[in-house]
Amino acid sequence: MKKLGLCLMLVVVCFSGSIQAAKYKVDVEGAHAFITFKIKHLGYSWLLGRFNKFEGEFEYDAVQPDKSSISILINTSSVDSNHAERDKHLRGEDFLNVGKFPEAKFISKKIEVIDDENAKVIGDFTLHGVTKEISFPVQKIGEGKDPWGGYRAGFTGKTELRLSDYGITYNLGPASTIVEIELNLEGIRQ
Amino acid sequence: MKNNYEHHFDMVSILLHWGMALAVFFLFGLGLYMVELTYYDSWYRGSTALHKSIGLCVFMFLVVRVFWRIKTSLLSSSLNLHQEQKSLELRVAVFVHILLYVLVASLCLSGYFISTAGGRDVEFFSWFALPPLPVEIENQEDVAGDWHYYFAWGLMGLTALHALAALKHHFIDRDDILKNMLKPSKINKGDS
Repeated sequence: MKKLGLCLMLVVVCFSGSIQAAKYKVDVEGAHAFITFKIKHLGYSWLLGRFNKFEGEFEYDAVQPDKSSISILINTSSVDSNHAERDKHLRGEDFLNVGKFPEAKFISKKIEVIDDENAKVIGDFTLHGVTKEISFPVQKIGEGKDPWGGYRAGFTGKTELRLSDYGITYNLGPASTIVEIELNLEGIRQ
Repeated sequence: MKNNYEHHFDMVSILLHWGMALAVFFLFGLGLYMVELTYYDSWYRGSTALHKSIGLCVFMFLVVRVFWRIKTSLLSSSLNLHQEQKSLELRVAVFVHILLYVLVASLCLSGYFISTAGGRDVEFFSWFALPPLPVEIENQEDVAGDWHYYFAWGLMGLTALHALAALKHHFIDRDDILKNMLKPSKINKGDS
């Protein structure tokens, strides 16, 4: 009887686990997550920067990856290109206008699974007060137990945005109209 | 002498006064102009470099000027020499002078804090670089930037008041203060 009960419980756990994907919180406290961008400078080199403050969570289950979802909230004033005066300009009205648009966000609507490791994420990205549907490929880097009793999963993905699509029209030159954004996120299962 | 108190200025004070006036107005105009320049303007970078270097000059001039003013005791003579004439107007004038110095110093410092945010040096005419302070506040470049802007307009407002007062001396009181600030005269001439 005891054994049967245990079996039943296991079945329930497994079953519910397969319907409901596990929830992960992006590990911003441990800084195992990075939102970086790059844009060409004059067409001669790449300029790199990142957003230091953001939060996010995703749902993911290796058995049913198509049930996955992700949402990311970025604090735009945390833009950091390793040059305070440039960051001041980037926060200003010419670019991010953080006074008016303190947040950028991405909320997924659909995940199209390609194979075990690759998928396409489709969702709404809001930047500079403009929301657009974008899609970009993501790749699972790995998942498993961490040494401290938790369980983690990590993904990478990148996409390109035309700044003028989001109403950022400051002239940086013809080679610098597109910014590449890369996400490297590790989540801790909740 | 229309007034019971009279100011005389030596050549150094006059040069410091007008040199700084010129530099401050130039920096104000340059400041408003340079932030409107766009990325492909050839002076986009040069304008800010010049603004910083002249700003540092102004700070050095200010230090010299304050020392000189104390040395020549113009401050104390305005305060003490004419004890009986310590009218509200005179006290306001001296207060405005001190406030002008404080504002110029605050402008220089806030500008320095913008440029040195994130641990960067500020260049003086590509001659030498001034290092940042070891402490920094969060979003220093933004906070210092806001203050720099308010200080700049505050200084312009106060300068306008200062200029109006000088014109009042010249046209209404009909004394020699404005003329004396244009032409050096002996300190002890006419002093009691």
